[in-house]
Amino acid sequence: MPPSSIASDSVPMPRQITLFDLFKLFFMAGALSFGGGVVAYEREYLVGGARWLNDEDFLATLEISETLPGLNSVNIAVIVGDNLRGIPGAIAAVAGLIIPGAVVVMILGVLWNSSRHNPKITHFLLGIAAAAVGMLSVVTLQLGRRQFQNLRDLGIILVTFAAVSIFKISLAWVLLIIGPLAIFLYRPGPAGSRKHAAGTRLPFHHGPRHGKLRS
Amino acid sequence: MNTQSIKLGLVFAMLGVLAVGGGTAVLPEMQHAAVQWFGLTNKQFRDIYSLGQVAPGPNMMMVLVIGYRLMGAMGAALVGAAFFIPDCALTLLANRLWVHFEGSPWRLAVQRGMAPVAIGLMCAGTYAIGKLTIMSPITGRMNPLSIGIAIAVAAILLWRHINPGILVLLSGTIYLLLAH
Repeated sequence: MPPSSIASDSVPMPRQITLFDLFKLFFMAGALSFGGGVVAYEREYLVGGARWLNDEDFLATLEISETLPGLNSVNIAVIVGDNLRGIPGAIAAVAGLIIPGAVVVMILGVLWNSSRHNPKITHFLLGIAAAAVGMLSVVTLQLGRRQFQNLRDLGIILVTFAAVSIFKISLAWVLLIIGPLAIFLYRPGPAGSRKHAAGTRLPFHHGPRHGKLRS
Repeated sequence: MNTQSIKLGLVFAMLGVLAVGGGTAVLPEMQHAAVQWFGLTNKQFRDIYSLGQVAPGPNMMMVLVIGYRLMGAMGAALVGAAFFIPDCALTLLANRLWVHFEGSPWRLAVQRGMAPVAIGLMCAGTYAIGKLTIMSPITGRMNPLSIGIAIAVAAILLWRHINPGILVLLSGTIYLLLAH
């Protein structure tokens, strides 16, 4: 993404973005995002803080990340890193994003492993798991707000859920069978060319909305 | 590399690549693989999932602890590399090919069709963790304290936007204090 090509609609870049800059920005997002919502932190830093991307760039990146398999926050790091500095940039961005969490989770994991029979640890972690169930329910409801209200989408949701949770079909089969069917239902053509289709991007408003992160 | 570690690497590489719509989507499959194939208990899986909630960054970093529990430090490195590298390589490739599909009507069809599939998988992931948390694996009875915390957290998040990290730590502490 050379500065000349985005000069008209994007914020001018003060200087060349180095690999270390990429590492640092994603390191901050990876280190400060507690309890999920990493994507929202990436947006804060990329759009609000460093201004390497404008809102539209970010939403386009998010759209690709959501369609591709893998964790959305990691996919965003790969794409932004690759667009700015090629493959080394992608590596620097992903490393920055996952190193803080990897270090913390490994410290916790080693501690847990040596004291996992302690009922106090079990109770504390069970409370966290219960909180996670509440959080996951809300995030799923919010992300799927549009889909839950559309009969065809609701059908796909129920079939997918039943295949995994009730019939215990392995994920690869579920995706290989239901994925193409769902895409076929929305195939291009007279039936598929719905005007509202453009508004189907999953809204991600489950992250931090407080603007304090803008540093 | 013995067969068990090769199997572990392959399974987590597959899980990373199949995570359509995020990590929650692969939780049922990951639980199944970890418990049925690698001998982790359901309680250990639940504990490790909770550790991921406490650490910053992507919650799925907890896969490292699964690897660590099964095969020590080597296991953690193996699972981490398997879970992230193939998926990142795929994303990199797709990012470079993506421009070729700019304006293709099929791109919209893929996005539109896969969105409800991703939501269905998230429902299944939530259900898997819910079952592990709310039902006692030994007695099969409901755990009212877990249910209460899950409902309270959901209600608070629907009502106001609070940093989920605070709710996570608070919930753990409340359970610790109220359980006997």
